[in-house]
Amino acid sequence: MPEPLIFEISRKGREGVSLPACDVPETSIPPGLRRSELLLPEVSEIDVVRHYVRLSQLNYAVDTGFYPLGSCTMKYNPKANDAAARMAGFAELHPLQDPSTAQGALAVMHGLQAMMAEIGGFPAVSLQPSAGAHGELTGIFIMRRYHADNGQHARTRILVPDSAHGTNPASTAMAGFEAVEVPSDTRGNIDIKRLKENLDERVAGLMLTNPNTLGLFEENILEVTRLVHDAGGLVYGDGANFNAILGVARPGAMGIDVMHFNLHKTFSTPHGGGGPGAGAVGVVEKLADYLPGPIVAVAESDRGSTVSTRYEWFMPAKTIGRVKSFHGNFGILVRAYVYIRMLGAEGLRAVAENAVLNANYLQARLTSVYPVPYGDRTCMHEFVAQGKLASAPDIRAMDISKRLIDYGFHPPTNYFPLIVPEALMIEPTETESLETLDRFADTLLRIAEEAAAHPELLHEAPHSSPVRRLDEVRAARELKVTAG
Amino acid sequence: MSFIPNTEADRARMREVIGISSNADLFTDVPEKLRFPRLDLPGALSELEVLAELDAMARLDTHTGQAPSFLGAGAYHHFIPAVVDAMVSRSEFATAYTPYQPEISQGTLQAIFEYQSMIARLTGMDVSNASHYDGATSTAEAVIMALNVAQKQRRCVILSRGLHPQYRAVVRTYTQGMGLTIAGDEDRVDGIEGLGLLCDETTACVVVQNPDFLGRIAEPGQVAALARRAHAVGALLIVVANPISLGLLVPPGEMEADVVAGEGQALGNHLSFGGPCLGFFAFRRDQIRKSSGRIAGQTEDHDGRRGFVFTLSTREQHIRREKATSNICTNQSLNALTAAVYMTALGPRGLRRVAELCWHKAHYAASRIAAVSGYVVAPGEFFHEFAVRCPRPVQRISARLYEKHGIIGGYDLGADYPELGNAMLLCCTEVNTKEQIDRLVDALEDCRHA
Repeated sequence: MPEPLIFEISRKGREGVSLPACDVPETSIPPGLRRSELLLPEVSEIDVVRHYVRLSQLNYAVDTGFYPLGSCTMKYNPKANDAAARMAGFAELHPLQDPSTAQGALAVMHGLQAMMAEIGGFPAVSLQPSAGAHGELTGIFIMRRYHADNGQHARTRILVPDSAHGTNPASTAMAGFEAVEVPSDTRGNIDIKRLKENLDERVAGLMLTNPNTLGLFEENILEVTRLVHDAGGLVYGDGANFNAILGVARPGAMGIDVMHFNLHKTFSTPHGGGGPGAGAVGVVEKLADYLPGPIVAVAESDRGSTVSTRYEWFMPAKTIGRVKSFHGNFGILVRAYVYIRMLGAEGLRAVAENAVLNANYLQARLTSVYPVPYGDRTCMHEFVAQGKLASAPDIRAMDISKRLIDYGFHPPTNYFPLIVPEALMIEPTETESLETLDRFADTLLRIAEEAAAHPELLHEAPHSSPVRRLDEVRAARELKVTAG
Repeated sequence: MSFIPNTEADRARMREVIGISSNADLFTDVPEKLRFPRLDLPGALSELEVLAELDAMARLDTHTGQAPSFLGAGAYHHFIPAVVDAMVSRSEFATAYTPYQPEISQGTLQAIFEYQSMIARLTGMDVSNASHYDGATSTAEAVIMALNVAQKQRRCVILSRGLHPQYRAVVRTYTQGMGLTIAGDEDRVDGIEGLGLLCDETTACVVVQNPDFLGRIAEPGQVAALARRAHAVGALLIVVANPISLGLLVPPGEMEADVVAGEGQALGNHLSFGGPCLGFFAFRRDQIRKSSGRIAGQTEDHDGRRGFVFTLSTREQHIRREKATSNICTNQSLNALTAAVYMTALGPRGLRRVAELCWHKAHYAASRIAAVSGYVVAPGEFFHEFAVRCPRPVQRISARLYEKHGIIGGYDLGADYPELGNAMLLCCTEVNTKEQIDRLVDALEDCRHA
């Protein structure tokens, strides 16, 4: 059943909320300032509830089923995270209150800064950025300022592997730099020879996702970062795939100079159907002064005191400036704090081990039927298979994905990374059981059989979803982006 | 607790299928000297223990539900009907990813489409995107959009001094690589007419906030005149708006604004110490291809049924990479949903009523404070908040308000607007009762000699 638009449910005169009478003398409002009409929906509370509950039921979510969307780390989001974020001392706290009245919130942020620093191997962390791409932009600005301060004004190029997320070149361009693509080699690593050719005095740095979007650990990571450093560049680490190496390796120790963490991926905060996320940024010592603030510090006067710790805001000396208002997506930070406290060091390493084990198990179960271009290597938290079946040449990755919907699964990421034709990027995460993985693998194998015997079942899939395949060309042509 | 369902027996079976003997074998690509560092983290806690720890930390804070608060300055304490949290916490919304598979994401997509429609109507604009991170980044994205509309031929951006100081800071951060001239705010150009005089053929855009950071409302005719002045030289007018005020006041769309940006937190989102917030972003239809952020559009499925998809993706980073209009990917979808549920629950009369209550309460507070010797209320029309010049440094007054009277006072304007002297920005919303306001007035009287 399609759900009507809320505007179609609206009936003039209905109200959903009662508000108190005015308990102060009223002051007239100049008629010239008043708006004439406002066409918001008019509904009663039961209409609000039924509309949004029904809409919610049209969604697939981690809480409804397996969501192996590659590079998105759709792990289970523990409910304790949300319970903590809802506590009134956090949820009803105004960001501009005097820090002396918000010491609990500052303590959470300080604790999270310290834990992220330890996990990533970075001496300094800013929690300001709101998302991964926001962290990238922050990182490029930091690199830019660092080079400018060292008189390296000609360094305006950022090298980006061809397997990178689209946000990497987009963030580079947004920060006023030029993105230069570097190809991958036959083992899925960055091509060292081509990297060397590009490393000149125009290079500000390299943006590297490790493990990369092929789900592979950069085998030559230490050589890569050394080469960039020797050429006077900095290395940016895109932390989108950090789940694979939590407690297994620290980016700071690999020669990464600045990195963002995706709290909404690695640290289990819910993705909200497209945010809010949080993209904390960690840096090496020489870049610490450039971080965006405010950052939480222990008050100078209290250093060394054992009685009590007092926290205060602090703006790094050469900061690139604010990247958002207030202090970051605090409600998300609370959730990540709770998660890390529940796991501890051993729990984090167990996350990585189980995420990687689950991915390798699925890869092993599927490689005989679905080509996996770098399948001879051990994958990390994800692997990229191809939706190309010898027995069904006209079947595409998209058809396989849509057919998965009929079997109750969320499809993998399609057509990314761009360097693998017909990519099906599969990331199971550590929070899925062996039975779920087996059901998923069995289903993909069954779909391969269907593809040969009944290709139309795939071409026309999904059959069981609230709507069937949608006409995106028509949407772009007609551009109906608001209700009439 | 790692939320990992597999047992050691399961893992052993999986290792057998993979052909490895231990989990450590999975990480041989990681250079040995980097492998398995000892992490110095606090020991793992059970859920009971961690929630007790967080509860103890939360109790260190004095929140706006405990003490009467008169803080605004870009984040507002409003009543949130219970239905809002009940809908938004549905895990079908909260635990979904960005809707890359529209067939099983119609809930999110339709909700975004409806949100866009409500924001467009509220601001009086044609189109809204799905959200930006917050009011500050939404404003910065509006400036970048104006630069793109001018095809990078115009290098000057004019900012009003009445624009939120943090938004001005973020515009500067975002544009630091572009070699722009930013004029207006730091030159202390006063008033809307002064901004108009700065416009010339190098101007990409003028950014004003209305009501401004100090709560002051500009005459709609004045803003429209600025829009015409900007348009006459080929520049865009960006208006940063307060969405609650738009329940009552003339929207920027009727003042010929080209882009309306702002902070949507007040629409049903908890203060949450300033984040997650909601950057709303509305504009004219003819600029849609230059706009940033995701946009949901209506279409039909294979069987002719109405459905929704993200459209115009060719503007976005995952398709256009370095040529994208912005790098934004994850935005503030759940906060946009929150705003939509809030606007739906309140409807036009409810939102107007909230705005009227804010108006009456703030005006009552202002008129009573103006009568207290030593305090001077800034003249002119205002919404939500107003600046008050105080007889003593604001820091001392605020400290006494809190310590002696248990009141969270207003925002100290000293650092951002030194020209105003000892000025405090006080805010009232529908949650502030007459009793609270009267207490504030008495307390300010007591603070005269603080």
